[in-house]
Amino acid sequence: MSNYENVEMRAVYTQTLIELAEQNDRIVLLEADLMRATGTQPFMDKFPQRTFNVGVAEANMVGVAAGLSSTGKIPFANTFASFAARRTYDQFFISANYARLNVKLVGSDPGITALYNGGTHMPFEDLGLMRNIPGLTIFEPSDAVSLKKLVKQASEFYGCTYMRLNRRVSPVIYAEDADLQLGKGYVLRDGDDVAIFAIGAVMVNEALAAADVLGMQGISAAVIDMHTLKPLDKELVLSYAQKTKAIVTCENHQVINGLGSAIAEYLSEVQPTLMRRVGVMDEFGEVGDLDYLMKRFGMTAENITQQTLALLKQKEKELV
Amino acid sequence: MQSVDYPFLIEKARQIRKMTIESIGYLGVGHIGGAMSVVEVLTVLNYKHIHRDADDPNNPDRERLVLSKGHAGPTLYSILADQEFFPMDWLHTLNKGGTHLPSHCDRNLTPGIDMTTGSLGQGLSAAVGIALGNRLDGIDRPVYCLIGDGETNEGQNWEAAMSAAQFKLNKLIAFTDFNKIQLDGFMVDVMGIEDLGAKWESFGWFVQRIDGHDVKQIDEAILRAQQEQTRPSMIILDTIKGKGVDFAENRADNHNMKIDYQTALEVIGRI
Ligand SMILES: Cc1ncc(C[n+]2csc(CCOP(=O)(O)OP(=O)(O)O)c2C)c(N)n1
Repeated sequence: MSNYENVEMRAVYTQTLIELAEQNDRIVLLEADLMRATGTQPFMDKFPQRTFNVGVAEANMVGVAAGLSSTGKIPFANTFASFAARRTYDQFFISANYARLNVKLVGSDPGITALYNGGTHMPFEDLGLMRNIPGLTIFEPSDAVSLKKLVKQASEFYGCTYMRLNRRVSPVIYAEDADLQLGKGYVLRDGDDVAIFAIGAVMVNEALAAADVLGMQGISAAVIDMHTLKPLDKELVLSYAQKTKAIVTCENHQVINGLGSAIAEYLSEVQPTLMRRVGVMDEFGEVGDLDYLMKRFGMTAENITQQTLALLKQKEKELV
Repeated sequence: MQSVDYPFLIEKARQIRKMTIESIGYLGVGHIGGAMSVVEVLTVLNYKHIHRDADDPNNPDRERLVLSKGHAGPTLYSILADQEFFPMDWLHTLNKGGTHLPSHCDRNLTPGIDMTTGSLGQGLSAAVGIALGNRLDGIDRPVYCLIGDGETNEGQNWEAAMSAAQFKLNKLIAFTDFNKIQLDGFMVDVMGIEDLGAKWESFGWFVQRIDGHDVKQIDEAILRAQQEQTRPSMIILDTIKGKGVDFAENRADNHNMKIDYQTALEVIGRI
């Protein structure tokens, strides 16, 4: 059993930051009155001088992070993903990215995991906004092991990053020695009939469950954890497009300008491929528990299965 | 119409406090601290100063209220249910999938809610816009806006403050729920905002500071603000976060709390 079973992702995030900060005194932490949500108090206890809580002022937080970066620090700045993307967009765009600084922005509670905080707090657009920033690295770990590995890698190179953080307990997917690399999708399960590319804890798990169901119907579905949205792992996308000729994408986000869009844009130029995009169909969020919201927005293994079957039918028709 | 005297308002506030804890307890979790500190001001406003018809909640000729600290929605929902804007049993749907009563105020879902809020810092600007719109339409009614003290950290409040003074919005009457606690703890430890009155004064506002749990002081401050001829008003309410929920009162961690139904009922018995 993994060390991370039943451990909250935010605890793993905080522990990872502490370990990195112990080895690198340039790592600093910024919060905007959501430390109780992000769970980074242990970092502050350990490094009070390197922790800055600016209050409910996200734009200021990111501007301050940019300034810290220009003095050589490596700032990790946290808030809910809704505010990380929408509230700080210009500061993150100009002061951090355009200024070619090194700010690691983290948005917690992505998509439907905002739960009871409801529509105002439910980001279905953050990945889309972030994708439009040149050179930005964007990723969303799917479990505690990948979270730890990818945060570490993000801290090790110079350049801005945006990470989506699901802060709650999530099933452990990876073995601790899994070879995960930022920028490279990870093939969790190989398959020949269809390739399911998923991003984030909610959707990677649902995609795996869907592949099980499809398998029972004799359909061989590959499942790929596309933890890095940008830069897109084009090589992997192309190889599965050529192999399966049918691609399903799954994201806890709008289908507009997220993973499905990125893959479709790329393939339409090099290898037009039949696709289905599972995600939010141009709607706002709303309150509810996870089960309700997954069904409400079609983020279920059942929906992925149905979409895949429809896609395979279309493929059969078009390829005769 | 009922006579709105101070004993009536005090009793109403008590009833609203109980209803709100009941609805949060029914769900099991909620923003108890910030919902409890605004009970008195929302009671005085909605039972005395805001005259709107439950059968015609969107009549443009009405006093409007922007609850900028939208996470205090459950308190306002109790009042609106009591005033028959919607059935009482909606209170038990708080935050459930498909509800009309989400954690944060939503003008499209709930009759009687004037503005959608929840992303802190945006409400006061909307209130400035409503006051400007009313002026264009010749509607001579106050616009009320309630912001949180932690919310005051957001720079947009100060942009709104500048514009309200510049536009001489004397009909804009805002309140700060100064309960001294934000999400991460006591404001003095996270992001202090004193001298708060001096800040608003320096932005050109008419400022009063009162006990935010005293319905008489609240009422009198509103009456004074209504007399103001040129300046927008800020009424700073000294309050206690979690007021009335004895185990939560004034604790640094009382922002969003779990509470089981049995505990809620016990607390109600003590309010
Ligand atoms: C823009 C934005 N940032 C962060 C949050 C998360 N949040 C909700 S309430 C809160 C604390 C607000 O403190 P205060 O205004 O004092 O509210 P109160 O204590 O009255 O509940 C925070 C940070 C939010 N809703 N909106």
